[in-house]
Amino acid sequence: MFRPALRSSYALIRSAAPFAHRHLTNEARSAIQKAINSSPVVLFMKGTPQLPECGFSRAVVQVLDLHGVPPEKMQTYNVLADQELRSGIKEFSEWPTIPQVYVNGEFLGGCDILLGMHQSGELEDLLVKHKIISEELPTETPQGQTKVSES
Amino acid sequence: MDTATPGPLETSIREKLVQLVQPASITISNDSWQHRHHAPMRAQGGGNGETHFSVQIVSDAFKGKTTMQRHRMVFSALSEELSQGLHSLSLKTKTTDEVEGSES
Repeated sequence: MFRPALRSSYALIRSAAPFAHRHLTNEARSAIQKAINSSPVVLFMKGTPQLPECGFSRAVVQVLDLHGVPPEKMQTYNVLADQELRSGIKEFSEWPTIPQVYVNGEFLGGCDILLGMHQSGELEDLLVKHKIISEELPTETPQGQTKVSES
Repeated sequence: MDTATPGPLETSIREKLVQLVQPASITISNDSWQHRHHAPMRAQGGGNGETHFSVQIVSDAFKGKTTMQRHRMVFSALSEELSQGLHSLSLKTKTTDEVEGSES
């Protein structure tokens, strides 16, 4: 009999991660990876963009919408409809809360990070860099009038 | 809602974060009442009143770290709380220099 060496080292790695309370099966892990790769922008949220079930998820949807992320470049997953995904994605990203945003397979962060990046202009730069939106010319702002909404 | 008396979870969040980053300032507000209608909160009978918090921390322990690294630091320190009913943390993590640079 040979020892299941691979398996035990895998468990060791997982248990070292801060939020790995349960072991994500390889199957669940690859399903999540597939979801993350399903579109340039992937949002794990509560509810749907049309009917968000959490204010933080709503805020992220609104910010992405504001930047004109086209629907064909964005995929959302409702974690409330899939309990396995809900717990799995937290462990996968090592991030304990929902929503979570991935851009081209890379974890971007949750609501606070996304809103912060939106306010600093980083989000637009990143979306342009990843060719998700095209560089926008300030079309609707009349000259000399800069609309600033800061709080 | 009355937030005058911090609950046990809030107290524990404060203690752990003070220990973690020795903050120049830390503000914790309990926003749980705003979220008690949520589907997951309704499932718990409206939550226990300590489910959603906003935390603003100013600390030089965040120096040289990205926002994500800062948030991960905080999340790791509070992993126990997060597994025991703490549902949401809204974080603002700044260094003293960043606060002086942009008062908003």
